[in-house]
Amino acid sequence: MKLLEMNHVQKTFDDLEVIKDISLSVEKGEVVSVIGPSGSGKSTLLRCAVMLEKMESGDLIYEGRYAARDVNGKSAYADKNELKEIRGIFGLVFQNFNLFPHYSVLKNITDSLIKVDKLSKKEANERAMELLKQLGLEDKADAYPYQLSGGQQQRVSIARALAKNPDILFFDEPTSALDPELTVEVLKVIKELAAKHMTMIIVTHEMQFAREVSDRIIFMEDGVIKGQGTPEEMFNSEDSRIREFIGKLS
Amino acid sequence: MSFGTILFQLSKGLLVSVEIFVLTLVFSLPLGFIVAFGRMSKNPIIRTITKVYISIMRGTPLMLQLLVVYFGPNLLFGIRIGENYRFIAVIIAFSINYAAYFAEIYRSGIESMPVGQYEAAKMLGYNKAQTFFLIILPQVIKRILPSVTNEIITLVKDTSLSFAIAQAEMFTTAKQISAAQTSIMPLMAAGVFYYIFNAIVAWGMERVEKAFSYYR
Repeated sequence: MKLLEMNHVQKTFDDLEVIKDISLSVEKGEVVSVIGPSGSGKSTLLRCAVMLEKMESGDLIYEGRYAARDVNGKSAYADKNELKEIRGIFGLVFQNFNLFPHYSVLKNITDSLIKVDKLSKKEANERAMELLKQLGLEDKADAYPYQLSGGQQQRVSIARALAKNPDILFFDEPTSALDPELTVEVLKVIKELAAKHMTMIIVTHEMQFAREVSDRIIFMEDGVIKGQGTPEEMFNSEDSRIREFIGKLS
Repeated sequence: MSFGTILFQLSKGLLVSVEIFVLTLVFSLPLGFIVAFGRMSKNPIIRTITKVYISIMRGTPLMLQLLVVYFGPNLLFGIRIGENYRFIAVIIAFSINYAAYFAEIYRSGIESMPVGQYEAAKMLGYNKAQTFFLIILPQVIKRILPSVTNEIITLVKDTSLSFAIAQAEMFTTAKQISAAQTSIMPLMAAGVFYYIFNAIVAWGMERVEKAFSYYR
């Protein structure tokens, strides 16, 4: 089953065409890594997918539901209520965590469950503690984000996204703000999620990680998909540009 | 006039000063938010109007604004003003003036918030009101507290400007007694009162800042 479909997506910032006619689809349980040089448009593509940016043209479809439909070369977005429901299908983990500094770790996770998803406080707390336990952070429930290391903060933000029970989880360079040691602990969590067949789309610069965790790697450059395939296909690509890029970073 | 009587008179004046201070805050702190939102509005007409408003409030003397608010209705429109309008004029003039300053402080605080906080809130499904009141506002308050404290301390001293329209608060009283007694003492005593008033305000604001220091 296709969880996500993007058809002929195009996005410009002030006349600069950042994404040029990209189409992709992601199957349930698939782990897709998106790699490419800075400015290739990979983060913008992800931001279009999670609707933090509006596409100029193209379709955006989650589980068969149109979040945006291309009408005469312009993306027409669905109404507010439909978008609200569609937003519940996916979660996003940010590069710089974006935890709420004034909330404790526990409240970061539970607050939206209670106020948005209308869970009882008890249910929300149980769900949050269960996740914190899985991620080895149960003793940090009452801590505030500033008291945590970057790796711990990122794991909390993964827990916060997972608590919403998304069908797809997006990662926007989840380890780019972390030093190598902390990177390992975050990547370990993502690997564990992959082992549980969580559907994930990961924008990353970690080539070895992408190789180990992904079912498919997408290489983007200049706003287009230059190549995609299994990690083995990509690491042994006949395209010299892809080989060169992967080689430089791994 | 004995020293005790002078202190008693000054205390009565101080009560009026405190009243002006409290009422001004009650009106200007919320009004500042409305002005700040006007200033950040997407509507260019609202934005321009609030911009001009702020620039006039900050660009002309508060004492002049006070005189305009007090005498304006009569001199401009021939409205007869009663004795009780004096105090009302003080509150109006102070409130609209301080609202402009608070608005700029609020705006700087709101605009200093990283966009990631809004995006995270959006991804978690918070609506706009929830995002503002639960996520953004508490952090903005923490950020702007030092600037707000500054304004509030200035307000304590600015209450003395009501002297310009002969509102009988502490400064006006002190000046009258001083002139009648040809003594500097009442003014010095008033100075001590203002100082203590502000020491209490500063202490209170420090407590509020402490209450927000549980996170960084």
